Amino acid sequence: MIQIENLHKHYGSIRALDGLDMTVEAGTIFGFLGPNGAGKTTTLRILSGLARGTAGRAAVAGLDASADRRALSRRIGCLPEEPAFYPWMTPREFLDYLARLHGLSSADRSRQTRELLDLVSLAEAGKRRIGGFSRGMRQRLGLAAALVHKPEVLLLDEPVSALDPIGRKEMLTLIEDLRGQCTVLMSSHILADVERVCSVVGIIARGRMVIQSPREELMERYARPVFEAEAADAASASRWADRLRVQPWAAAVKLENAVVRVTVNDIARARREILPSAVAQEVILRRFEEARPSLEDVFLQLVGKEAAQ
Amino acid sequence: MNFFSVLRKELTEQWRTKRFLIVAAVLAAFGLTSPLLAKFTPELLKSIPDMPAGLAEMIPAPTVADAVGQYVKNMSQFGILLAVLMSMGAVAQEKERGTAAMMLAHPVSRLDFLMAKFAALAVAFAVSLAVAALGCWYYTLLLFEPLAWGPFLALNGLMLLVFLVYIAVTLLCSTLARTQGAAAGLAFAGLVLVAGVGSLPRVGEYFPGRLFEWGMVLALGGGDPAWPAFWVSLGMIAAALAAAWLVFRRQEV
Repeated sequence: MIQIENLHKHYGSIRALDGLDMTVEAGTIFGFLGPNGAGKTTTLRILSGLARGTAGRAAVAGLDASADRRALSRRIGCLPEEPAFYPWMTPREFLDYLARLHGLSSADRSRQTRELLDLVSLAEAGKRRIGGFSRGMRQRLGLAAALVHKPEVLLLDEPVSALDPIGRKEMLTLIEDLRGQCTVLMSSHILADVERVCSVVGIIARGRMVIQSPREELMERYARPVFEAEAADAASASRWADRLRVQPWAAAVKLENAVVRVTVNDIARARREILPSAVAQEVILRRFEEARPSLEDVFLQLVGKEAAQ
Repeated sequence: MNFFSVLRKELTEQWRTKRFLIVAAVLAAFGLTSPLLAKFTPELLKSIPDMPAGLAEMIPAPTVADAVGQYVKNMSQFGILLAVLMSMGAVAQEKERGTAAMMLAHPVSRLDFLMAKFAALAVAFAVSLAVAALGCWYYTLLLFEPLAWGPFLALNGLMLLVFLVYIAVTLLCSTLARTQGAAAGLAFAGLVLVAGVGSLPRVGEYFPGRLFEWGMVLALGGGDPAWPAFWVSLGMIAAALAAAWLVFRRQEV
């Protein structure tokens, strides 16, 4: 549904995209991950026809993103990171206006507007001026605006970045509910969110795709076992962390206050040696667990490797 | 073709944000007060207590030509200034706020986006000028004598054409600029350029400012048409809008 081949985007000497390749299959919720400045927003802007690549090709639903902008706009829905609206309009008027642009009949506009406002929990604010909306309300209205014409592809740029925990949960549920209805490309740097809703993950760094894979496959292939322990005091935790760093089975050791997180290469050896090592350092443990590796671990590992190259 | 949907939104925006009312109120105020100023300025001068003997008699009695002259003078200054002020943020503001990107991700062509803005501003100025003209005509009737409708309408038509030149040029500046501040700077530079070149001898014959003189003479029953300035003005509008479109269609918003 989305095909990007060797896409470059240069702003003077800055290479925002440097040969990006990416494929998003129809019906998937694709998590587009990357650190700040990796090129996520640039990619989404090119896919939505608002910017042009310097070289390479970007196509959505078989349409060239830079050539067929109007046809493209009928097939895609976009939610920018900070959606902008006319402050004098009400949400009802705004959605009606967009529906009119998409050629919906009066009855369809009215029904669609009502349904979308219900969907994003803005029905009660339907007649209020958008100018008075909070950032979270704007984000939800932005999602409704992107869905007004029932697009085949939905491009979401950091859709939950402005939301409080409850709003985030609601928005992620909304996105999850779109599974099977349309193809979703969602950029984010909140890994837990991507982990929750996305079936396929692509990691971008410095304008290039580092890896693209189904989430489970990615975790199986790259996620290394992790042990997490909380010491009674920060001093002993630090002493223990220093000791762990020189162990051949420890790939990475992260210390935060009194919490030590150890990514390991050799799980069997680590299981045998990690606790005796704590005892040897006279560390009193409040908590110890073999943690489930998270997407964040994979992300840090892959992006860290890319940055080191 | 979504031109009319976008135009509808632009007109609603002008109404809700009171921009239309501002244009109408300012132009109507100048329309109404121009004949009043022409009528009462000499009387005010005469009433100055220490005026030297004989000077009061030298001030000529006001005529309908003074009323029309005052109207044209006010419109040529404040009308143009208003046209620039109302148009300079039209595109730049939408780019800066992000609403242009939001709208252009939907089926709105960049041509429709620009033309709807121009058309909405043209409608606002046409309606406001009609109100101003009505006020000026009525007060001239009360204080002096009736003005012939046809020539007076022609004067207002020519003034509207000049306003449209400045609106189109300012819209081009607004398209070229990334921010409202830059658009304002460019627009005032454009205003100075068009007005400055238009005031040059011989060259001025071909510039929009010449239409004010033609319109005034026309309203008072005279001749001296300025067709070159008329056609150049139409050409300037077309060229500015075409340039704006050519720039905007390549621009990343």
